[in-house]
Amino acid sequence: MSVNITFLVITGVLLAAGFYLVLERTLTRVLLGIMLLGNGVNLLILTTGGRRGVAPLFDSNRDPSEYSDPLPQALILTAIVITFAVTAFLLAMIYRSWALTSADIVADDTEDIKVSQSTAYDEEEDSPVAEDTTEFVDEEGRPIREGEE
Amino acid sequence: MNFLELSPLAVLLPIFGAGAAFLARRRLRTQRLITIGILCLTMVLEVGMVAAVWGGESYAIHIGGWDAPFGIALMVDGFSAFMLLISTVVSLAVLLYATSQGLADGDEPGPVSVFHPAYLILLAGVSNAFLAADLFNLYVGFEILLTASYVLLTLGGTAERIRAGTTYVVVSVVSSVIFLMAIAMIYAATGTVNMADLAVKLPELEQGPQLILHVLLLIAFGIKAAVFPLSLWLPDSYPTAPAPVTAVFAGLLTKVGVYAIVRTETLLFPGGTVNAALLVVATLTMVIGILGALAQTDFKRMLSFTLTSHIGYLIFGVAVGGPLAIAATIYYVGHHIIVQTSLFMVAGLIERRAGSANVTKLGSLAKLSPALTILFFIPAINLGGIPPFSGFLGKFGLLHAAAADADALTWAVIGAGLLTSLLTLLAIIRVWARMFWRRAADAEVPSAQLVAESTRVLEQTAVGGAQAPYLGRKLARELEAESLPWGMRYATGSLVVAGIALTVFAGPIFAFCQRVAAELIAREPFINAVLPFS
Repeated sequence: MSVNITFLVITGVLLAAGFYLVLERTLTRVLLGIMLLGNGVNLLILTTGGRRGVAPLFDSNRDPSEYSDPLPQALILTAIVITFAVTAFLLAMIYRSWALTSADIVADDTEDIKVSQSTAYDEEEDSPVAEDTTEFVDEEGRPIREGEE
Repeated sequence: MNFLELSPLAVLLPIFGAGAAFLARRRLRTQRLITIGILCLTMVLEVGMVAAVWGGESYAIHIGGWDAPFGIALMVDGFSAFMLLISTVVSLAVLLYATSQGLADGDEPGPVSVFHPAYLILLAGVSNAFLAADLFNLYVGFEILLTASYVLLTLGGTAERIRAGTTYVVVSVVSSVIFLMAIAMIYAATGTVNMADLAVKLPELEQGPQLILHVLLLIAFGIKAAVFPLSLWLPDSYPTAPAPVTAVFAGLLTKVGVYAIVRTETLLFPGGTVNAALLVVATLTMVIGILGALAQTDFKRMLSFTLTSHIGYLIFGVAVGGPLAIAATIYYVGHHIIVQTSLFMVAGLIERRAGSANVTKLGSLAKLSPALTILFFIPAINLGGIPPFSGFLGKFGLLHAAAADADALTWAVIGAGLLTSLLTLLAIIRVWARMFWRRAADAEVPSAQLVAESTRVLEQTAVGGAQAPYLGRKLARELEAESLPWGMRYATGSLVVAGIALTVFAGPIFAFCQRVAAELIAREPFINAVLPFS
């Protein structure tokens, strides 16, 4: 199979830029990153189709080897639709996030911060237990201990 | 005609049901009836499918009459039928729970009515992923379920859910991109995406490219299955969702990833080249997950951590390989789906009963809520691996298989597995002691409602006389019935019973798992069913 180096280089650049942007905290950049990732992968699938050929519409006069591989194109079509849907959803979510917090960044998880700031000491488990554990009380309700009257 | 020819209906029924439910979005009653009816139908179909493959048959369906490897093939074997049935049982229970909750809260027509269609689409995606005998179809199944899960996770669009949702969506999209990259490279290397065809062609590749493809697939599935170090998104995003959504996610979504890992390891890359790495990863997943669980005070977050922790057992089973280990893994998947889902449903009940699922605020629940106590206790000790429950049986099977032919590394993982089991028990007992056992007034942040109610119950008991304990319990039951609709309690109860059934019928079910495992390891049944002419 012949490989188109230009396509591969472009794929690499798109994926690298995409992953870089996804690591950002600003949601708009994350969205751009996801779009770049989607396009990069689609290009990668396209290169797996091999050399170019005529459109794969059946024609009895043609030699089968003249056609281009239709499968990667079908895969890309599906992947484009999926990326489109996810992008639309993310845009709606970014808008909602902006409407709620007027910020374009992923906020911290408050519960996470609470857990990370808590100490190892646990009131329930680590506090000293009172020695007095007798269940017997005298007539006035005072506990009766061993060795006493 | 073979009954299994009907199996694509497991995907089609929920998809059409989702369409119908969406059309009926203004009529909540009709919508509920459609969704429940569709799920019942799907379950009946899947019971038939499991019965048809019970003896260890495999059957492939070639969609549209195009023979593999050119067309899309669906595969019904013991493994996929078992996973389908369990997933539908669990989603039906959660649906009844959600419906009952909605009925009690009088859900208004509006944005919430997307719940039912999205839920059915989620199930269609899960079924499609289980049935796929084609990597790209598996990808499509993943995307269907993920897109539905984005909607369900951010239901209502509150600030907290949107925050959790962004993390979840971004992580899921990245894992899908990696999966798609793996598919592209596999297609470039072999010229096919059909799994049976790949099972023949992938081993013919050189070691280097094979390893790259293998690891790429494992990373993509590992993110979905929440395997450490790719698991940290899960406890961050799951707990904020509505209780039924968290319950069904905890049960199904990660297990679809585990299912894909088992398929990859047994069918596509049977050599076990990365087993040592998988063992290390499994250990880290188990131990770090459970240590995370111990640090939490929020019950739902704690459950999320035990969820990721116990995925480690499944990866452990896959890494050990061999018929017994794979059989135990399949059994443990079933156990884990049911138990985790029931615990998350119980968490929803607790939240409803006491106004919070944070253990620092709760107490006295054993006295105040007898039904809830039982519903919590059984799956909880089941998760902790106390005999005779299925959690114990599954773990015992895994450790037994691992110990049969163990080197130093495997022994270390066995130790880690036992430690994790013990720590799970500790985490569960701590929750038990605080939420249920101690007095509400002793809580770090006492809840006024619980303190008042427990005082009322104690007063009833303190009246004296032979009737006193009875009156106290009666009042507790009345208080419970007020806040927890019967539908929610019975839906949770039915899943708890399903968990017990997995224990009671462990013999036949495990024998079935062993037949399935033998089939998975032999590989020929799958390949021959999909490619009959090769």
